[in-house]
Order: sequence, then structure tokens, then C-alpha cells
Amino acid sequence: MASLISCPHCGTRPKEEFSIRGDAAPVRPAPLAADEVWHDYVHLRANPRGRIREHWQHVAGCRRWLVVERDNFTHEVFAVLDAAAERGGAQ
Amino acid sequence: MRYSALSIFKQALAGNLGWKPVWREPEPKPHYDVVIVGGGGHGLATAYYLAREFGIRNVAVVEKGYLGSGNVGRNTTIVRSNYMLPGNEPFYEFSLKLWEGLERELNYNVMLSQRGIISLYHNDGQRDHYTRRGNAMMMEGVAAEQLDRETLKKMLPFLNFDHARFPIIGGLLQRRAGTARHDAVAWGFARGADRLGVDLIQNCEVTGIRRENGVVTGVETTKGFIGCNRLALAAAGNSSRVGEMAGLKLPLESHVLQAFVTEGLKPCIDHVITYGAGHFYISQSDKGGLVFGAEIDGYSSYAQRGNLATAEHVMEEGVTMIPGLSRVRVLRAWGGVMDMSMDGSPIIDRTSIENLYLNCGWCYGGFKATPASGFCFAHLIAKGESHHVARALRLDRFERGFPIDEAGAGTQPNLH
Repeated sequence: MASLISCPHCGTRPKEEFSIRGDAAPVRPAPLAADEVWHDYVHLRANPRGRIREHWQHVAGCRRWLVVERDNFTHEVFAVLDAAAERGGAQ
Repeated sequence: MRYSALSIFKQALAGNLGWKPVWREPEPKPHYDVVIVGGGGHGLATAYYLAREFGIRNVAVVEKGYLGSGNVGRNTTIVRSNYMLPGNEPFYEFSLKLWEGLERELNYNVMLSQRGIISLYHNDGQRDHYTRRGNAMMMEGVAAEQLDRETLKKMLPFLNFDHARFPIIGGLLQRRAGTARHDAVAWGFARGADRLGVDLIQNCEVTGIRRENGVVTGVETTKGFIGCNRLALAAAGNSSRVGEMAGLKLPLESHVLQAFVTEGLKPCIDHVITYGAGHFYISQSDKGGLVFGAEIDGYSSYAQRGNLATAEHVMEEGVTMIPGLSRVRVLRAWGGVMDMSMDGSPIIDRTSIENLYLNCGWCYGGFKATPASGFCFAHLIAKGESHHVARALRLDRFERGFPIDEAGAGTQPNLH
């Protein structure tokens, strides 16, 4: 993977400025959702090979949560978006 | 051919022309009692113990590359049982005991070298943690010793004891820990399994899992369909992809872990040493190269290569611990694909599909577990129930709320 990530707020920065949370696909269930639903969200992962979307946080920069879209086999980065903007929320 | 001093002597006199291949290269039969997916250390050990301990010899191991081309050939060769939690410690100690008898058992030199592992600590809190870990080991009957700074200074004079942020104040020693020759472990188990009638099928990638009425009937492969009564998955970093073929969604993420080896040096590091201030570990191979590694790169990856920034970080940690390392040249680096589980501990269990068995989630600790993993997985497949040292490693522990979280990092695989 490239050693540089282009943060939409801060520009191109070294990968070491970021903290990686993991797969962006799981969606947090409602607090009172069934145990199986929470188990699925907390523990289970599709873990595909190829193009994936991940949550990264620019901890040593703007501290925004980002969605990094990349290929986990070729390590190519396709896009880096602000997670809140991506979800359609307020900036 | 049984190996002995006499056989080596005879071959030497005959110009070494009489050595035979150590395993057959059979074509797959239409049907087996057990098919094991994955010809790495764990798959081969499983096949060996299935045949040797449990009398199930109509077994095939299918491997997409060549035997031992995955993580068993891409690690730092350390064997140890200095774990803390009750779900892990008896399992890894069982493994270390199997290691101690492995060469005689397999008639194969796996070059087990019990040189001892020393885990360094740098502050009072860490000292207390390692004291607790040593006590936990001793409660399971495993010897552990705490070494103070002065003792360590005599044993390991090359360490940076007076680092401004991370002075070394002591270490925890397990003397029976050490290293083994990683390739030889794969070859020894392969040879042992082959001699007991197991078919080792190389360059045969599994492309699908066939099910009829919810029951697994065999695997589709690049060499055609292979039927089986029981299917055992030991696919390490690719477990999620193979599992998905049977409709399983697993508590795993695949990550890359890098390791490095330097040019050959005269003997200078007599132990395996781990650096508690970071996650650095180092030992010297019998050939003289220093073998070392650190943490995973931190992001999901199926590539058997890592990131240069992580390589730089590993070197920084190494030089912080041993300043003299800065003068040594690194010869090679490699990356392995780890199936990081949600609690950092492995999974040996049956699945929701009755005749489908699962061995995965070894994170970056699978090498030391090779014999016990194979033994316990074979036990499960043959007898239908978990071996007593592997009972805590069941798949449903996440759902039931009984994770085995050695690092205390929670359900975040890139932190284990």
C-alpha cells in the first residue's frame, strides 16, 4: 500500500498519522436489537479479498473519521472520503 | 527410508545418489473419509495425527500452492508456552510438550532449540504484569523465572538498559521455549503423514464446497471434484474465503505481518528476546542471521507483502533495544497473511454444518501451536468432541461471551 493517504481535509499525509478501525460495512444496530444482531455486528466480518471500505481516523491531523476505499490485495487506494459527509450527515 | 547416522554415512559413501523423494505426488481419489483444505503446518499435522493417533488413514490434504508455501514458511520460528489465560496456557503447554518429542516421533530433524525466551519489561506496572503471567504459568505447572536487571546485564550485555524512556528493569524467562526449523516442521509432518497413507495433493486450489441437503459432500478443486465424509478447513489467512464457500461468516480479518532476517553473524544472541516497550522480538538462526519482527501492519490485507513504513518502525524498535543492530544489514523481508480473530486467540471447532470442521484464527501465533493444533483438530474430527486442552477455543465463545483476550484489546483484530 502506498505510504501516503490523501486526507480530504489535510491533503496528502504519511500513513502513520492515521489510526485504522477496520471494515466500514457493519452498521451499528439499535440498542435493543436481538443478541444475534449484535453478535454479527461486533464479531463477524465478511473479510473479502479485493476492493474494501475501511474506517480510518486522522488522529495526528484533523481527527476526522474517514472512509478509505482500497484493494487489500494490490494495496491500491481508490478514494478517501469524510465518513460523515459520506453518510450524508453534517460536516 | 528411516533417517539415522548410519543412513547418512551410507549415503555419503554412495555419493548421496540414493536419497528418495520423501512423499508421493498422487492424483486425487474420488472420495476420502477426511479432506483437509490447507497444506501448511496445521493441515499437515492434522493429517499426520488423524492417521497416527486416531487410525483414520483415508485422508487427503489439498494445497493451492506447494506444501508449506504459506505461513509455516513465513514466520519467525519461535515456540513457547508463556501465556496467561486459562483457555490458552494448557493448550500451548501441550504443544510445547509435543515439540519436545517431535524429532523422535517423526524421525525428522526439526532443529528444536530450547534456548529460552526472555520478555523484557521497563516499568513497575509491566513488572507486575509479567509477575502475574509467570504465576499463571506456574499454576499450570509451567516453569517461569523472573530475572532482575543485574542478572540480565550479565546475560545480555548488548541491550540498551539505560534508555531514557524505556530503561530495562527486568525480564520473564521461560527456559524451555526456543525456536525450530520452520520448513522442517512442514516437511517432517508431510513425510510422516505420507508414510501413513495420506494423499498430499499440491497445486490444487479449492474453488467451491459442494453441499447436498445441507450436508457437505466434497470440494470442487482445480483438479476436479473430491468427495469426502468430513471436510476440515485449515486455510489460515484465507479461512474467510474458504468458509464463505460453505456460507460461513467468521470472526476473522486478514492482516499482513512482516518479518526480517539479517546477514549471517557469529553467534551473538543466545535467546529469543521480546521487547515489552513495543512489540519487537528477535532471535538468531542456526545459520547466523538475526530473525526479527514486530506488530502487524495494522490494515486488512491479503497481499504477502507489507508497507515500508512498518519496516522502518520495526528497525527503530530493534535499534532502540539493541543499538548494535544499526550496523547490521537486513537481507530479506517477508509478509504473511494472518487470520486475526476478534479476541486474538485461535478457533478449533465444528461448524453449524455437521461434517464441516474449522481450524483458524491463529493470528500471528500459529507456528508454536502446530503440533497441538494438529493433534486437537484431529481429535475433534475423529471423536466428534473437543480435546480437553482445546475446549476453550470453540467458535461460539464470542456469542456466549467467553472470549480469550490475552492482550485485553477487545474485539479489534488489528490490536491483538
